[in-house]
Amino acid sequence: MAQNEDMSTETHLGSENHSDHPTPLTYFKVAMILSIITAIEVGIFYVEDLSYGIIPILTILSVMKFALVIMFYMHLRYDNRLFSTLFLTGLALAFLVVIALLALFQFFTPS
Amino acid sequence: MIQMKAKVIKGARILQEAVTTQHGTDHEYTTTGLNHRKLLMWAFLGSDCMFFGSLIATYMVYYGKSKVGPFPEDLFSIPITSVSTFVLLMSSMSMVLAYAAIRKGSLKGFRVWILSTALMGMTFLAFQVFEFYEFANHEVHFDCSQVGTGNLSAFEESFQNECIEGVTTVDGIHDSDGNNLTGLTPKTNLFGTTFFTLTGFHGAHVTLGVIWLLSLFFYSFRGGVTRERDLDVDLAALYWHFVDIVWIVIFTVVYLFGVFPGFPES
Amino acid sequence: MTTSILSRPIHPTGLWAWLTTIDHKRIGILYGVTAFIMFLSGGIEAMYIRLQLAAPEQELVSPEIYSQLFTMHGTTMIFLAIMPMGAAFFNYLIPLQIGARDVAFPRLNAFSYWTFLGGAVMLKSSWFLGGAPNAGWFGYAPITSSAYNPGHGIDFWILSLQILGIASLAAAFNFIVTIINLRAPGMSLMRMPIFTWMTFVTSILLILAFPVITVALIEVMFDRFFGTNFFNVGAGGQPLLWQHLFWVFGHPEVYILILPALGIIAEVIPTFSKKPLFGYPVVVLSGVVIGFMGWMVWSHHMFTVGLGPVANSVFAVTTMAIAVPTGVKIFNYIATMWKGSISLTTSMLYAIGFIFLFVIGGLSGVMHSSAASDAQQQDTYFIVAHLHYVLFGGSIMALGSGIYYWFPKMTGRLMDEKLGKLNFLLVFIGMNVTFFPMHFLGLDGMPRRIYTYDSDMGWNLWNAVSSVGYLILALGVLILIVNIIWSVLSGEKADGDPWDARTLEWSMSSPPPEYNFEHIPIVHGIDPYWEQKREGLSTVPISGGSGDDDSHGIHLPQPSYWPLLASLGLFVSGYGLVYLSSSIGLVVSIIGAAITMVAVYAWSFEPVNDPDEGEGH
Ligand SMILES: [Cu+2]
Repeated sequence: MAQNEDMSTETHLGSENHSDHPTPLTYFKVAMILSIITAIEVGIFYVEDLSYGIIPILTILSVMKFALVIMFYMHLRYDNRLFSTLFLTGLALAFLVVIALLALFQFFTPS
Repeated sequence: MIQMKAKVIKGARILQEAVTTQHGTDHEYTTTGLNHRKLLMWAFLGSDCMFFGSLIATYMVYYGKSKVGPFPEDLFSIPITSVSTFVLLMSSMSMVLAYAAIRKGSLKGFRVWILSTALMGMTFLAFQVFEFYEFANHEVHFDCSQVGTGNLSAFEESFQNECIEGVTTVDGIHDSDGNNLTGLTPKTNLFGTTFFTLTGFHGAHVTLGVIWLLSLFFYSFRGGVTRERDLDVDLAALYWHFVDIVWIVIFTVVYLFGVFPGFPES
Repeated sequence: MTTSILSRPIHPTGLWAWLTTIDHKRIGILYGVTAFIMFLSGGIEAMYIRLQLAAPEQELVSPEIYSQLFTMHGTTMIFLAIMPMGAAFFNYLIPLQIGARDVAFPRLNAFSYWTFLGGAVMLKSSWFLGGAPNAGWFGYAPITSSAYNPGHGIDFWILSLQILGIASLAAAFNFIVTIINLRAPGMSLMRMPIFTWMTFVTSILLILAFPVITVALIEVMFDRFFGTNFFNVGAGGQPLLWQHLFWVFGHPEVYILILPALGIIAEVIPTFSKKPLFGYPVVVLSGVVIGFMGWMVWSHHMFTVGLGPVANSVFAVTTMAIAVPTGVKIFNYIATMWKGSISLTTSMLYAIGFIFLFVIGGLSGVMHSSAASDAQQQDTYFIVAHLHYVLFGGSIMALGSGIYYWFPKMTGRLMDEKLGKLNFLLVFIGMNVTFFPMHFLGLDGMPRRIYTYDSDMGWNLWNAVSSVGYLILALGVLILIVNIIWSVLSGEKADGDPWDARTLEWSMSSPPPEYNFEHIPIVHGIDPYWEQKREGLSTVPISGGSGDDDSHGIHLPQPSYWPLLASLGLFVSGYGLVYLSSSIGLVVSIIGAAITMVAVYAWSFEPVNDPDEGEGH
């Protein structure tokens, strides 16, 4: 297809968002944040005083990493919301099913 | 002309005849303006969440239910796994830079970054192979004077009967043929079964990703990867990042939660 | 493309045309014919069951064979008959209903069909290769473990279900993208035909539910092949985990079987009532709500395993609640008929039969949604009665309605109405005579899956009646076959719109041309073709935007060998994996995997249209 036809398609649809992607610098910054969070995770792991407090902290830190990767590296933040909907439907359902299964197997019930 | 019709017809964004069939499939007419293959990839990733969700649920349901050792705390080495986790995270950055390069039309930059991504993926796999090998050949070594002091793991304590008269240290448990009896295999216990299955399927995903990345790398020398077809790279990248985020979950749930000092002993 | 090892089948004819086709209409017909044959084979398995149970203390089949019969009957009907029959309609109709020339991924579509065929053949071949699976369609652990089930039957079951799963997933991804992305201009989501909507919801359920059963099957497979401990009680494994994983998949699967049926009925009833569907948005919404709530009820299959009062209560309440959106749909269908000018064609009779029977099945379902009452009914013939009212009275009746409705569109000929009405009558009566007495048997305590019973249990009469019912039902299906064959050969010719129908597929000739729409239609409302006919609005307008008005300029995707070969590889490696314990099995499975790898590679380098051939656009 001719180049100009592509262009016109894009201006009409305007949804692939070829323009406002982040720059390599942003990608690098995200990588730095990811590394720092991982370092904190591993560091916290050795703080014995935290005991069970480590669970919420590590959970929050991993969720942050997860969110950074899908928002920036998988550019969901800049992309059509339909992509997010498709993915988050599966993700949310998987999360709920895992939690329900664990509850049914008394994972959260102290023995 | 096109704009006129689009005004007349509510909901119609563009009228373009050939529907499923343009040669360069990246810019065919679609209702939403989104690319077919990209939609497919996101739907697939949503579906794959359920796949890994089921595996993780199985792992967690059986957490601490193994009847014999070795247990997670006998095997996991957080420093080593942290390094491989770091490598996989950095491969995601490298991947996104490969994508940024091809979008700018820099084939050279693309090749450098995609190759480095694939190499980091292979490094991660090498770590995994090393880890599996180490676990399978895990041996127990302890000083018999430590028995009952609380310094030994439950698994080590279970071999206290080896400390008979005249034995001061236990150096591995072997059968008459010299085979190690204290390694972890998928058959050993529930931990082995669920651990190898979960991380093994993740490793299989990484392997597939490495093959995909290398295919793109070599295809680029035959003119198959171009700025106009950046979507081919985008799709591989989405898959690769997904494999990365699955590992983020596994690293926390399996490794960190698996062995932190406060967790109930199995 | 130079990467092609085989030259591309550009204009194949005869058998090759079918083997390499990527036309959604042909694939739909392949799906339909295959599913119908599988339906008959599942019916033959049911025949043995009904013959064996017709009288007490019979030894027509051994207990071992009986277990294989009910396992194969259930697995066949669910995975090889009803699901692919639904897929046949998805394939044939979705592009036509949304105004598209094909599905979004035509080659993936062909791959789905061939993979399905491979899985079906593989499962059925187990009868001749040392015995069919025998652990029931839900294959509870640890009956499936190699300790209790050393033969290859379970291996065939596991691997063919994995292959069928790949087929279903590929098809579901395809339809999700097709429905999102290939709607004709103007067809917003809330103008889509209900059948398209239900296909969409079904596909979403599929891609979310099948990974769960995939993992569960992998776990059993590893236990059997590699000695892992997932369901090994000795090592602490819990068979209960299988039940949970299976039903997390299994309950959405029930809606995967029934939502397409509800969609078909929503097309048939308005057409033959000459009224628009009553409460279109509500019907859409209730379908989506069913798809959502279908995830919250799975443990109602497990009320008697001892989950505890809290879990049982929660799942009982959610199960009762899910009857609401289902009921809403039924009310809408009845309200559509209300004061309509109803023509009682065979298709409409099937649709009305559906409503009647599905409501009975729904009511018995509500009965055992109460955990306390379910404790009495679990594993009895009451459940068998319920599930057949839902799956036969529901899904099959709707599919029958769909066959009579769309047959003229697919073949260009009408089905015979006299034979049709006889067919409907026999199936309707036969179905009730077969399955209604099972309610009594179940409440009387007859367990399911027993191969015979003592003559003094008081179950003789109703079992005999049920077996007679089978004969009536079988006669009805026989007449359907006669009707189909006769009508294909010499049925009355049908024009494009024999029913004065509402949706886009009726706006084209019967059967539709290969490229479907010469010009992509423009949609103004929920029932675009109906509106066009009534109000003179133009559905089929004008030329498109790209400036080629010539219908011969339509680029159709070209046939391809690779989907067929990729499926073949899966089929081969499936057999290899069954015999993995022998070295030949290992070699065969590697060969199969290699074939698939090569085919997928070649496929991904093959353009949708070969630039060497086409019109050089
Ligand atoms: Cu259910």
